[in-house]
Formats: sequence, C-alpha cells, structure tokens
Amino acid sequence: MENIVIGKAFVLGNNIDTDQIIPAEHLVYSMDDENEAKMYGKYALSSVPKEYSGLPLGNIPFVEEGKYESEYQIIVGGSNFGCGSSREHAPYALMKAGAKVIIAESYARIFYRNSVDGGFVIPYEIKEKLNEKVKTGDVLKIDIENNILVNNSTGETFSLNPLGDVLPIVSAGGLFKYARKSGMIE
Amino acid sequence: MGMTITEKILAKSAGKESVKPGDNIWLNVDVLMTHDVCGPPTIGIWKSEFGKDATIWDKDKLVIFPDHYIFTANKHANRNVDILRNFADEYSIDNYYDVGTSRYKGVCHIALAEEGYNIPGTVLIGTDSHTCTSGAFGMFSTGVGNTDAAFILGTGKIWEKVPETMKFTFTGKMPEYLTAKDLILQILGDITTDGATYRAMEFDGEAVFSLSMNERMTLCNMAIEGGGMNGIIPVDAVTEDYLQERTNKAYDKFYSDEDAVYHSKYEYNVENLVPLVAKPHSPDNKAAVREVEGTPITKAYIGSCTGGKISDFQFAAKILYDKKVAVTTFIVPASTEVAKQLETEMYKDKSLKEIFESAGAVIAKSSCAACLGGPDDTIGRTVGNDVTISTTNRNFPGRMGSKQAEVYLASPLTVAASAVKGVITDPRDLM
Repeated sequence: MENIVIGKAFVLGNNIDTDQIIPAEHLVYSMDDENEAKMYGKYALSSVPKEYSGLPLGNIPFVEEGKYESEYQIIVGGSNFGCGSSREHAPYALMKAGAKVIIAESYARIFYRNSVDGGFVIPYEIKEKLNEKVKTGDVLKIDIENNILVNNSTGETFSLNPLGDVLPIVSAGGLFKYARKSGMIE
Repeated sequence: MGMTITEKILAKSAGKESVKPGDNIWLNVDVLMTHDVCGPPTIGIWKSEFGKDATIWDKDKLVIFPDHYIFTANKHANRNVDILRNFADEYSIDNYYDVGTSRYKGVCHIALAEEGYNIPGTVLIGTDSHTCTSGAFGMFSTGVGNTDAAFILGTGKIWEKVPETMKFTFTGKMPEYLTAKDLILQILGDITTDGATYRAMEFDGEAVFSLSMNERMTLCNMAIEGGGMNGIIPVDAVTEDYLQERTNKAYDKFYSDEDAVYHSKYEYNVENLVPLVAKPHSPDNKAAVREVEGTPITKAYIGSCTGGKISDFQFAAKILYDKKVAVTTFIVPASTEVAKQLETEMYKDKSLKEIFESAGAVIAKSSCAACLGGPDDTIGRTVGNDVTISTTNRNFPGRMGSKQAEVYLASPLTVAASAVKGVITDPRDLM
C-alpha cells in the first residue's frame, strides 16, 4: 500500500448508486481478459446524470469519450456512496479507471466491503461535507499513515476518519492477502 | 443483556455464547448462493487465489441460479451462463439450475424459498444485494461481492460486524388496498436510503404476521434499499406451513429477548397508511399515490424478486379482471413455478394468465429481465423518455435501461390500476 496518494479530485453528490457507477448492461465483460476488463474503466461513473458529474460545475465526464482511464485518481462523494446492488464490478470499475481513493461521508455496506476486501480502492470516511469544499480538478494529497488530507490547490487541510477495523485488510491489499498473512489460508 | 434474533443467529454461526453490535466475528456460512452476473467473476477469483487444485468447502452448500441475463442474444451474457454450466459440470454441483432445462427456476431469491434453501436460524450469503429477501424465514441472509463469495467458496467463512437492530412494528388489520410493498415504501420514505446502513431491520406486529410468506419476502427484500444489512421476521405458523411443503430439514427458531437492545423502534398502524409510490429517482422518494395521481405513464411492469411472486399477480388480477390495459404492460413471473401458478391460480372464473392475456398484457419468461435494465434486447427495458410504473425495487437513474427514463415504484395493485388508466391511479378507485 502506498503511504502517500496525490491526484486530482473528481467531485460527486450524495447517494451515488452502483447503477450510476457501472450500469448493469456492462456487467458482462470478463475481468480476466485485459481487452474486456478495460471496458469497466471506460464506463466507470458513466450513468451519473450529467449535471451532477464533476461538481460544482457538472457536465464533466469521469472518463473522456474514447478513453479507458480517468485523469482523476481521487473521488470525493457525499453520503451513502455505493448504495444499491452488490456488484463488485463497481469499485473494480473505479480502480480500472485509475481511481485509488474515495473520500465520502458514508458508504453503503456492500460497496465498502467490496472496496476493502477486493483491495480495489481505499474507502475513507470524513465527517465534513468535503464535496462542498473541494472542486473537481483540485489536486489532493492524502497521507494514509496519518489520515490527513491536504488540498494542494487551496492549502486547506482536513482529517480523515481512521480506517479502524479494516486497516489490516486495506494494508495487506485485500481479504485474500490479509488471510494469507494472518495464517487463515495457505 | 438480551439479544435480538439477528444477534442470536450470528452468535450461533460464530460459535459464541453471545455477541453484541460492533463485534467483528467470523461466520460459518450455511448456504452460498450465486448467479450469472457475479458467479463467473467469483469463480475466477476463487481459482486464481486457491490455485488449480482449489476445492469447494462444501459443494452441497453452494447453490447457483442463472437468472439475470437469460433470454438475450448478448454473447458476453451467454458466455457467463456457459461458465456457470462448465463449472457445475467440472465440480459436480447438484444445486445448479441450468437455463434451457426443466430445472431452470428464474429469480434466485424466490427460487431459494421454493426449493427449500431458506432454513430458519441459518446463515445464507449471496452475491446479490437482495439476498436479504430470505430473512422472511427467520434466518440471517445478506449480500456480498465476488471476493467475499470466493473466500466463502474456499473456506466457508466470512467476516461481519454484528449490526445494531432497528425494529419496525406494524399493528392493525391489513386493508385490502395495501400490500407489503406499501409498508416498505413507507419505511424507506421515513428512514431514507441510508437510514439502516449496516443495521438489521426486524419486522413484527399483527399486520406483519398476517402476511403470506410471499408478502413477508417483499418486506425483507427491500431492507437493502434502506442500506440494511439484513431484514428479518421471526418464525410463526405461516412460516412453518410453508417450510413443511418445501423441506425436511430440522431448524432452530430464534426470537428476540424481551430485554434485547434496539438502535431504534418504529411503530405503524396499517389502518392509517395509504397506497404509496417512490418517485424518480430513489426508493425513498415517497409520495402518496393520491399526490401523483394523473401522472401519464408509458409502461407498466409487474415482475422481479420484489414484485413478481404469485401474491403480486393475485393482487394485480383483482384489478385487471375484465379490464384492458391502456399502456404496454409486462407480466414477468419471477420463477418458472410462479409462471405455472399463473395458469392454475384462479380469480373468480378465470386463471390469472387468462385475466392478464385478455387485459392485453405481455407475459414474459421468468428472469430478472428489465428490473435492472439488462442487455439492449431485454424485454420491458425502458427506452428514451419512458415513464414506467413498476413493482420492482430500484428507480435510480438508468436502473431499468434508459438514462432519460423515469421510474415510479409501487405495489402490484397500484401498478395494475395505473396500467388500466394510463396514468398513475390509486387502486382504491378500481376496487
């Protein structure tokens, strides 16, 4: 796990559900075949209504037309991020698009588990309404060891909620790596 | 300190005397269920993590229902079913219900009940968020992703944080114009889509115990729409009657202690409630049908794990008897068993199938179909600026297909009444 993540922010609203993150019609691609797997990156966040995509201005696509990766590495959401279905394709799609960290006020349970157990993206919680204080395109720096976020574009500093019980799984890089490290499986 | 029914089941599964909310525990899973969307990636992770000599922890506890993208020409979707079929062959999975055979069932959550996999007191984990449906049988059931499922496939174990429990009590006698769908839409409007995140939702009260198992499943099914980890209803005589016809397995009945500690308690008298919809684009966007009546619709849809059970079609038939639909109306029986029941269940002098056919509705084959949009050729999918009223569970942007469409969620009574009028209609006007 990297200790410092620096990247551009992509800002979203509340209740970003899994259908907005990766529409169900795309859940058919193989994750084992790289040519198909990259389609998950292409369609990540493709069903967010345009006016709410890339706040505060909106009308900013997470992944540009014709591309498979995003120029944004840090997603800033509001409350109940990832609500809806159990599709692990959702955090996987965000990872394939190049996202490394999500910061939101709260998460839906299954999305949170999938992000952590699959080792796809780090789901940080924050007490503040960060999505009202950061603009899409701001450069953010996250110090994972100390749970500190700096907005390099404005100089503001925020504290992130510690990862708590799931830190060992996040640090190991996912559930299987954690289980091997702790001797649960060979 | 007393425990809730959810806490008791989790304690038993973890091999502990007692647990309390916030405890991180490892559960021993009784049944793992998967389907054609999440099964193939689960199998992929399992093989790559456990190697080519990977073994299934207990193949009798693995149940696979292809159900999501079944009647489509989409080659990737069909390949997913092929992957399940080959896996079932290679590992001799008895509990595989293949497409194109007499074993094909349709929507997994309903098939789990029909095939006797829902056993009180047990832990059932599925790669689908609506796995909480099975909680209607006094058991713990919840949805997970592919990595968690792959881990269970190899070890039979999953970590969970013991949830706090919210209790919802419904008193009074169910009026004929209300269904379980109205009750859960009421709750969702009150607690919102994250009001139960990481919590158990326990339902009780005389109105709940007056419901059939099918209706109880509707209530538990949409616990996830409030963010709930599980929905649960304790076992009573109705549960036991249903089980007697479906399984010979022994089971444990758990009940919440008098002094169990709850996160919160809600109480409703059903006689004071009214038919509801969830307006676009969220299941908690509650309105009385009266507030939106007259809104023009382009399609009506009765189907899915939430609203495609025989009880849902019995409600719809009461309204559609001797009537014609004014908009394209889809009848999608959740399972092949429900499809057969449409032919044998009668309302007055006609079978439900006859009622729907003479009303001019389209009867589709059993699958998840357009509840979650699906491939372009999925029957009932929204297109363009469709305004659909549906008995399904989610109306997020793009959920049923078109990103421009609007979806209203409602009970089968309200959907059927609206189908007849071509505008959103309170079922009381046609009863």
